[in-house]
Amino acid sequence: MNNVLEIKNLKKAFGDFKAVDGVSFNVEDGKFFSILGPSGCGKTTLLRMIAGFLKPTSGNLLINGKDMLGVSPNERPVNLVFQNLALFPMMDVGENVAFGLKRKNIPKNEIKERVSSMLQRVQLSGYERKKISQLSGGQKQRVAIARSLVLEPAILLLDEPLGALDLKLREQMKIELKKLQNEIGTTFIYITHDQSEALVMSDRVAVMNAGQFEQIDTPVNLYANPKTSFVAGFVGETNKFEAKKEDNTSVSTKDNISFKSIFIDKDITDNCHLFVRPEAIALMPKDDIEGMNYFNLKVKTILFDGSNTKILATINDGSREISVSLPQNREFAHIKEGEIVKAAVHKNDCKCYKIQL
Amino acid sequence: MNRHIKLGFFIFFVPVILWLFLLIVLPQIDLLLMSLKFENDAGKMVWSFANYSSFFTQKVYWLTFARTAIYAIIVTFLTFVVTFPMAFYITKVVNPKYKGFLTILILMPFWVSELVRVYGWMILLRESGVINYFLLKLGITHQPIEMLYNDASMIMGLVYTSMLFMLVPILSSLDGMDDSYIEAAHDLGASKFIIFMKIVIPYAAPGIVSGSIVVFMLTLGDYLTPNLMGGKNSLWFTEQIYNQFIESFNWNQGAAFGFLLLLISSLIIWIGLKISKQNLAKALS
Repeated sequence: MNNVLEIKNLKKAFGDFKAVDGVSFNVEDGKFFSILGPSGCGKTTLLRMIAGFLKPTSGNLLINGKDMLGVSPNERPVNLVFQNLALFPMMDVGENVAFGLKRKNIPKNEIKERVSSMLQRVQLSGYERKKISQLSGGQKQRVAIARSLVLEPAILLLDEPLGALDLKLREQMKIELKKLQNEIGTTFIYITHDQSEALVMSDRVAVMNAGQFEQIDTPVNLYANPKTSFVAGFVGETNKFEAKKEDNTSVSTKDNISFKSIFIDKDITDNCHLFVRPEAIALMPKDDIEGMNYFNLKVKTILFDGSNTKILATINDGSREISVSLPQNREFAHIKEGEIVKAAVHKNDCKCYKIQL
Repeated sequence: MNRHIKLGFFIFFVPVILWLFLLIVLPQIDLLLMSLKFENDAGKMVWSFANYSSFFTQKVYWLTFARTAIYAIIVTFLTFVVTFPMAFYITKVVNPKYKGFLTILILMPFWVSELVRVYGWMILLRESGVINYFLLKLGITHQPIEMLYNDASMIMGLVYTSMLFMLVPILSSLDGMDDSYIEAAHDLGASKFIIFMKIVIPYAAPGIVSGSIVVFMLTLGDYLTPNLMGGKNSLWFTEQIYNQFIESFNWNQGAAFGFLLLLISSLIIWIGLKISKQNLAKALS
């Protein structure tokens, strides 16, 4: 597989503020690549540099092996789907999709053909004469994607395009986008702060924080083996404890509860962060399993959410509330608030990281 | 409850109706009747379209009107050309901090009456004026140049007078335009010229149309600027109306001219709207 996008040590500073601080990565052709990060982490700045709207302070940016520095947005083989979609309100759907093709001086009947086949791809065939204001949120979304894809870009950039949709539609569009990318085979670079969007759709995800990439990995690895404290805390739900190292195999939390655990950062000497996923905690476990931490949970609250039901509980008589997932088979549906439940977590699921500023 | 609504209705509605009826509708009806009366050979006032037909039969009248209308169209177009880049600069280019300041800077001259502004231009442009003084001092010319009383200075004066009425609607329509439209068009391969023609101007079209209507009407009906800056040979149609009322004491003819001005200018605007495929209600909303 060849790399459609290569970025080497890319930096962008606004005055003293380093929005993007030395980012390097490659994207393979035909992949769905996501950049996941909290707002203000520099992901939009990075995307705008790829699209050509911002000039990097330093670093290299190659698309299909060609240096893109100094190439203006209208001459780059990438297209951007804007956060607010930016569909032209004075044009109808067909004119919006044809806009880019007309700029390329393609014959009229060919434009018409390509527009209608593109609209068919996004399940909007026959919508050419509709006005933008007549479309629903999801339809607008698809028109915006069609408008960019019809130009057959090497890379399609998407800047949180699902942000404005309501939850149900967002779930649906996630799947549609993934399918569309599979069918068309264009490389997608998708920007989001929503970890579920990134995990569901992507082949690879880069987690970005404070202008830098923390980890680039597959969604599975990102969730199972986060490399840094930030990734462990940002991707997926987790319980975070402030802890102190006891010896090479265990830490103790502020409530003086000792956990056998593994140290991801090898250079931890004293204070660290301990992360335990809610679903890693087993309720009413078998006794005496090698490597297990056993403790009692005092149930404080039950948060019912269908298949995603959790309980909030304290460990023994500690003050720190943690969340624990309930298995979906309703095995523990009898648990009530105030009960004390035996629980355990394996040491491999107790991961310690050094404290990140 | 019901009575309160009725009372409120009368308090607010009656003045409006009285204003419209007594000060606008009634005099207009009177003028309309007047325009339809003509003094026949026997010296008696009779109903007739003669006042209207004389507009079409006497070459000087309709030629003056045509000249006025064409110049008003030119002035409208020039006003657009001058103000659009200003509006674009204020709304899209300059730091938003200075937006209000720049708008006020443009509005400020319009706090002074049109008469004073025109005299200001005259002080600058006349033979013994400021510009000629410097031209002579710097030795660029040895004879003072008369820059007033020609069509070019008249058009310039009219453009200056109307600028505000074009600028404000364009400003407000461009202000509502999201920058991402420009970026999206750029991203889709459009050059700057295409973005301007296909995205910016169509987006601002309602503002441009309402500005153009106001500027066209004001220019067509302007008396002061053409008269003072264009001089006696400016041949503006409003001067014809003035002459009929004040100099010839032919109020009937003057009234007919007034209605013709109203009708034909409305017709020109209607044609303009049809050509630009715009909607009057949309443009004025």
